[in-house]
Amino acid sequence: MRPAKLVPVVIFLIVVLILVPWAIEVSGRADLYYTLTSVALLSIASAGVWLTFFIGRINIGQGAYALLGGYVSAVLVVTYGWSFWLTLPIAGLFCAAVSILIGVPILRLRGVYFAMVTLVLTEVARLLALAVPVTNGAKGITSIPPPGAVSLFGLTLIPDFATFPSTRPAFYYLAVVLMILCFAAMYRLVHSRLGQLCRSLQQNEELASSIGVNVSYLRILAYAISSFLGGLGGAVFAAVAQSVYPSSFAVQDSVNFMLNCFLGGLGYVFGPMLGTLVLYFGWDLLFLTGKYQLLIYSTILIALMLFLPNGLLSLRIPKPSGLFGQRLRSSEVKQ
Amino acid sequence: MIPILEVDSVTKRFGGLIAVNNVSFKVGEHEILSVIGPNGAGKSTMFKLIASFMRTSSGEVRFRGERISNRSPHMVARRGVVRTFQETTIFRGMTVRANVIVSHHLRANASLLGYFLGTATAQADQDEFGRSADEIIDFLGLGSQRDELASNLPQGHLRALGIAIGLATNPPVLLLDEPFAGMNHDETMRAVDLVRRVRDRGVTLLLVEHDMPAVMKISDRIVVLNFGEKIAEGTPAEIQNNEEVIEAYLGSEDETIGL
Repeated sequence: MRPAKLVPVVIFLIVVLILVPWAIEVSGRADLYYTLTSVALLSIASAGVWLTFFIGRINIGQGAYALLGGYVSAVLVVTYGWSFWLTLPIAGLFCAAVSILIGVPILRLRGVYFAMVTLVLTEVARLLALAVPVTNGAKGITSIPPPGAVSLFGLTLIPDFATFPSTRPAFYYLAVVLMILCFAAMYRLVHSRLGQLCRSLQQNEELASSIGVNVSYLRILAYAISSFLGGLGGAVFAAVAQSVYPSSFAVQDSVNFMLNCFLGGLGYVFGPMLGTLVLYFGWDLLFLTGKYQLLIYSTILIALMLFLPNGLLSLRIPKPSGLFGQRLRSSEVKQ
Repeated sequence: MIPILEVDSVTKRFGGLIAVNNVSFKVGEHEILSVIGPNGAGKSTMFKLIASFMRTSSGEVRFRGERISNRSPHMVARRGVVRTFQETTIFRGMTVRANVIVSHHLRANASLLGYFLGTATAQADQDEFGRSADEIIDFLGLGSQRDELASNLPQGHLRALGIAIGLATNPPVLLLDEPFAGMNHDETMRAVDLVRRVRDRGVTLLLVEHDMPAVMKISDRIVVLNFGEKIAEGTPAEIQNNEEVIEAYLGSEDETIGL
C-alpha cells in the first residue's frame, strides 16, 4: 500500500483506538462505550450484507445469522463451559455452514425474490429460537459470563474480562479491533481477484459463466463470508449484552443492516461502517422529537436514497479511478 | 479433417415444437464455420445448445471427443468452447480494461485464497493479465477507449469488446452470436476482417449469422438450417448454388405466385 493511502488509515486508528476512549474518559460518558461497541458490531454484520450487495443480491436476512451466531456462542459458553474466544470463530463458521445449506437453493433467485426470502429468514430464526429446546425459549440465555483470559505459553495475551473494574472499555476495544480486522479483510477481498469476480457476477451472471466463472460457487462463497460476519457480530453482541433472546435480532435489525449499506454507499467497502454510525446515532438523536421520530427518520431516509443514491461516501470522493473505483449504482443491484 | 467440435444428431424440443431436429456437423481446427438460415430456423437454439446455455433433448456436442453438451456453461468454457453475446452483454459498469482483465479468469494459476493473500503467483498472474489485456485491446482497436466505462462505448466497439472478452479466455473455439447484426456495409467489412484476424491467432470460429454477403465472404464452410433441420452443408460457392437453400430463403415458386 502506498504511503498516501496509509495516512487516512493511521488517522482512523488513532481516532478509534486512542482519541475516542480518551474523550469518553475525560467527559465521563461511559455509556458511550456501549453505544460505540454496538455500532462496531453492527457494522461488522452490515459489512456482510454489503458483500451480498456486491454480488448483486439484496440481503435482508442478516439478523438471522446474527441471532444464530449469538446463540451458538452463548450455548457453548453457558451450557458447555467453552472459552468465549473459541466460540467466536465457531459461531462464525457455524453460520457460514448454515448459510451454505440455505444459499444453495435461494441464491438462484434474483432481485426482489431473493430479498423476500431473506426477509423471511429472520423471522424463521426467531421462531426457531423460541421452539428449539437448547435456546431456552422466550426466556433466552442470560448471565453469560464475560470472556475469560487467553494465555499462550504462560503469557497472558488477553486478561480475564471479569478482572477489569468495568468491562465496557474492554468490550469497546474488542469490538473495534474486530471491526478493523473485518474491514481490512473485506478491503483486501474486494480489491483482490475475488472482488473482481464478484463484481462480474453483479454486472452479468450469464456473461460471467461464459468466461468460465463458476457462478453458483462464487455466490455461495460470498454469501457464506457474509453470514460468517453476521455470526461473528452476533456472537460478540451476546457477550456484550451478557444475554441473548429470540428478539435480540428481529426483522427491524435485518432491515437496518441493509439500510446501513445503502446509507454509507454500496460502492465503498467502508460504506457500511459510516452508515451504521450515522443511522445509529441519527435514530437516537431523533428520540428528542418524540412521537415524530419515525416520521422524520423515514422521510430523511427516503430523501437520502432519492438524492444520494450512491450513499454518503459519494459526497466526499469526487471521481474514483482505477479498476474498481467505479461506483455501483443502487439501480444496478436490482437487475 | 480432424474435427475439434462435433455436433452429433442434436435435437431440441420445446413441448410439441421441434426447434432443432437431428442436426449433425463437424468443425475442423482453425476453421471458420457459419450456421445460417431464415428466421426461426433454429440458429439461436443451436448456438445455445453448443455453448450449453440450453440442454439438448437428445444427441450430444463433443469438443475433441469429450461431451460438452448438458454441462454447466462455465465447465464448457473451461474445456475450451467460449461463446460471445450480442452487443448489450458486457460488464457495463467496468472499464474496457477491467472487462478484459476479469475475463482472464480461466488462465489464473493462483487460487482465490492466493489472490487474497497476495502470493507471488497471484502477482505474476495479475501482471500477465494486464499485459495480455492490453495486447487484446490493441488488437481489437480499442486502445483509445481502454479506460472508458464499457457502458459508454458506441455499438461497434461494444461488439469488439465482446470479442475481446471472449479472446481473453484464450479459447480453442470461439462461438460468435450474430457478430455483424445491425452493422452497415463498411462496419461489416471491418468486422469481417477482424474475425479473419482472430482466426489467424489460431482460434476456431463458429458463427451464427444473418448477413449473407458477410457469411459468404468469411466462411470456410457453411451449414444451413431450415425449420430446425440441416438442409445443406458446404463451401460458400456450393451453398450459393444449392437449390434447396435458395428455395428456403426465397420461398418456392408456387408460394411466390401465391403471394
